[in-house]
Amino acid sequence: MKKIQIIVVGNGMVGYKFCEKLSSRSNLFKLTVFGEEPRRAYDRVHLSEYFNGKSSDDLSLSTETWYQENDIDLHLSSPVIKIDREFKTVSTLDGKSYEYDFLIFATGSGAFVPNIPGVEKEGVFVYRTIEDLDLISGYAKKARTASVIGGGLLGLEAAKALIDLGIQKTSIVEFAPRLMPRQIDDAGSQMLRSKLSDLGLEILLNKNTSYIEGEGAITGLKFSDDTSLAVDMLVISAGIKPRDELARACGIEVGARGGIVVDQKMQTNDPSIFAIGECALFEGMIYGLIAPGYEMAEVLVTNLCDGTKTFLGFDMSTKLKLIGIDVASFGDNFITEPDCRTIVFENKHKGIYKRINISNDGQYLLGGILIGDATAYNLLLQTSNNRIILSDDPEELILGSRGGDTAAGSGITSLPDSALICSCEGISKGDICSAVIDGCENIDDLKKCTKAGTGCGGCLPMVKDLLSYTLKSQGKYVKNVICEHFDYSRQELFDLIHIHELKSYDAVLDALGKSDGCEVCKPMVASLLASLWNEMILEKGNDVAQDSNDRFLANIQKGGSYSVVPRVAGGEITPEKLITIGEVAKKYNLYTKITGGQRIDMFGAHLNDLPLIWEELIAAGFESGHAYGKGLRTVKSCVGSTWCRFGLHDSVSFAIRIEERYRGIRAPHKFKSGVSGCIRECAEAQSKDFGIIATEKGWNLYVCGNGGSKPQHALLLATDLDSDTCIRYIDRFLMFYIKTADPLTRTATWLNKMEGGIDYLRNVVVNDSLNMAQQWENDVENLINSYKCEWKEAVENPAIRKRFSHFVNAPEDKDPSIEFVEMRGQKRTAEWK
Amino acid sequence: MNETSESWLAACKVEDAVENGGVCIKHGDDQIALFYFTRRNEWYATQNECPHKKQMALSRGMIGSDSDEPKVACPFHKKTFSLNTGECLNGEECAIKVYPVKIEDGTVYINTLAKF
Repeated sequence: MKKIQIIVVGNGMVGYKFCEKLSSRSNLFKLTVFGEEPRRAYDRVHLSEYFNGKSSDDLSLSTETWYQENDIDLHLSSPVIKIDREFKTVSTLDGKSYEYDFLIFATGSGAFVPNIPGVEKEGVFVYRTIEDLDLISGYAKKARTASVIGGGLLGLEAAKALIDLGIQKTSIVEFAPRLMPRQIDDAGSQMLRSKLSDLGLEILLNKNTSYIEGEGAITGLKFSDDTSLAVDMLVISAGIKPRDELARACGIEVGARGGIVVDQKMQTNDPSIFAIGECALFEGMIYGLIAPGYEMAEVLVTNLCDGTKTFLGFDMSTKLKLIGIDVASFGDNFITEPDCRTIVFENKHKGIYKRINISNDGQYLLGGILIGDATAYNLLLQTSNNRIILSDDPEELILGSRGGDTAAGSGITSLPDSALICSCEGISKGDICSAVIDGCENIDDLKKCTKAGTGCGGCLPMVKDLLSYTLKSQGKYVKNVICEHFDYSRQELFDLIHIHELKSYDAVLDALGKSDGCEVCKPMVASLLASLWNEMILEKGNDVAQDSNDRFLANIQKGGSYSVVPRVAGGEITPEKLITIGEVAKKYNLYTKITGGQRIDMFGAHLNDLPLIWEELIAAGFESGHAYGKGLRTVKSCVGSTWCRFGLHDSVSFAIRIEERYRGIRAPHKFKSGVSGCIRECAEAQSKDFGIIATEKGWNLYVCGNGGSKPQHALLLATDLDSDTCIRYIDRFLMFYIKTADPLTRTATWLNKMEGGIDYLRNVVVNDSLNMAQQWENDVENLINSYKCEWKEAVENPAIRKRFSHFVNAPEDKDPSIEFVEMRGQKRTAEWK
Repeated sequence: MNETSESWLAACKVEDAVENGGVCIKHGDDQIALFYFTRRNEWYATQNECPHKKQMALSRGMIGSDSDEPKVACPFHKKTFSLNTGECLNGEECAIKVYPVKIEDGTVYINTLAKF
């Protein structure tokens, strides 16, 4: 039987989703896809991550062979130029012609470029495709200042991209009196503006650009109020315009302001032609988000496969992170009194603004806006969409977020089964819960079988909560086992290894595990062994259980070379030692960079050179800095009272004492510390796993802060301590963490999961409520007494040293595949191939 | 035997290999990862290059098992590959070459004509 020929014009996210859905549900159709871009469909929602190191491959939605496997003909760099509706054919740029039974427009949208004189000048860009991004990043190399026209969602994304590209001064120019005029109100905009200004972004509102200055290339912007702004480059992000030119040319009905007019079945005025995604105009509206686009694809596929489904408009609620700032809006966000009651919470100090709109009878949540903290977004959206009756104190919805565990729990249980959890894929609470009951008992399985959380990922926390809620409600014990080889949690394994006095990975596997182990349990058990016994980590066969960095006592870098970081306790270093580092780096041709932890990193060492490099460093009095290990990294210090005119105590000496005390101790994850000599906090101690700040009377001890992807300030544990007491508290804190945290959990996350939070932790550490203080202090003492420099042992032990060569059958040869290129007078690694 | 004997590369001595881990063998301009899976008393050889980011790194990866399938995890991004078939176990399309290994008189030989 001849298949029904479907031609899809456009190869963006929605076009791809259509193909995926249709080919998985029916084999009656033959799909042919035309795309004008040179690559397969990619994730445009996360486009700015392209500048954070994601490659176009990472962003790609499919694999190279996917189209072939599903018998879909994909024509890239092949724009359709004409559609003949009478003969039902399309013609492409290369002069070929193809027949169709049904034609789908998934042409998406292009950047809307306002008619400003000078937009054709060099240095003016739009922000839409990977090609645009390549052009922008090429030009940004010689630009110092840049501007973005458009303060909407995409404009802010573009501004972030410019900051990431290293532009020194970036500004946003918006015509409207506020940022993100479609999503947030004036007060929210002001909050967002002040947070963005803190990050160094200049925000110009109420600005109408009259022309772009410059001869050939842009040099500045001229505004209608006669002011001007000098910039080296410009990105225009003033909105989108639907790509409807093909439809228009063949007589399909389009809207007055663009967009292909479709009905509830995505059908145009030609019954053989449909439109989905951002090119489609439904009831006068273009839906510029991914979730409604996917929903349109679903509607069309269902109808093509003889089902019945209609598109009824779509909730335009969004939550996103803009330059690290949460911004969300949901439901009816702009409705105002007297049509509703509004509750507003504002904390200018923390940059948080929350507004919820409630029906006049106090029963329903209608919508709202969240800036700076959108943790409650999912729950609020569900409460609003499902018309859940509110309690008598609706303000708790936005105020109770710190102790909000119980609120969130009851929130999930009170949702109806029809509640839409993943709006990208259209998955309801009922779908997720029944998948769990049918056997998807972990998040990966659940993602694979329901597709929930595979789009924007915003619903994942809720999906996880639903998973454990459903498992618990079935009476299943939710246990954090490590992997298929060990039926224990990390904490259980810690105690078992201790009781059985096991010293090697193999012994642990034989006694407590099964089969042959894997890359999850091996480094975890190796870390437990190190935390417990502090023996040389490369002996007793434990070397092959270590993660790559620990195995070679250095950090593996792109290309396969290693970096070398000697300890510089407290950041204090003599001129002689600085000279040694310089000489060693020169001799072995290493790239040098100052780290964030006040020491020096030497990059680009061949595996074979590591023992030679360390021999020289050790001879000059250096020791391992454990930059490769999950353990203490650095104790950062300000210069303190020995030099600083504000310093209260000698922060450097205390930092060195602490760094030398805890050096080499292995933990569930890396941990860092800092000591500041006064409240000015130059050592940034409150961003560390434990931080110490001098007071008039002693030291204040803060715990469980961290930087990284989700920064969190440390919390005050105890005040005005003398040095010895401070150290005893840190001993207890660290051992409690090492014994009880889940694998690869930083102290901040550990505390966040702890019932009772900081008050409970204080009770344990300061008041010794578990009666463990003496034991833990002894444990630390034992670890300190057994400390040895790993690198000194490695270079002096021939059996271990032998492993530091690339080829076992040619020990003198270095890895010939390692390549370097020159940059600013030093070397750097060649790009991923 | 005569036809294939030229393709057997004398890689190293048994005692040069790392127990339950990998070493890298130089073969002209090529690199081969050799694994001595002592726990299972098995030997495996694969290409040393991880196809994900084209890094010469698999010999430095951890080995282990997935159900009963022996595997190696690339140290760079933890992509795992079957040591039996070379297929990627994380659902990716890429696969690695695997080579037969034999031991004779304390020497490890690798057949450089790939199985797959």
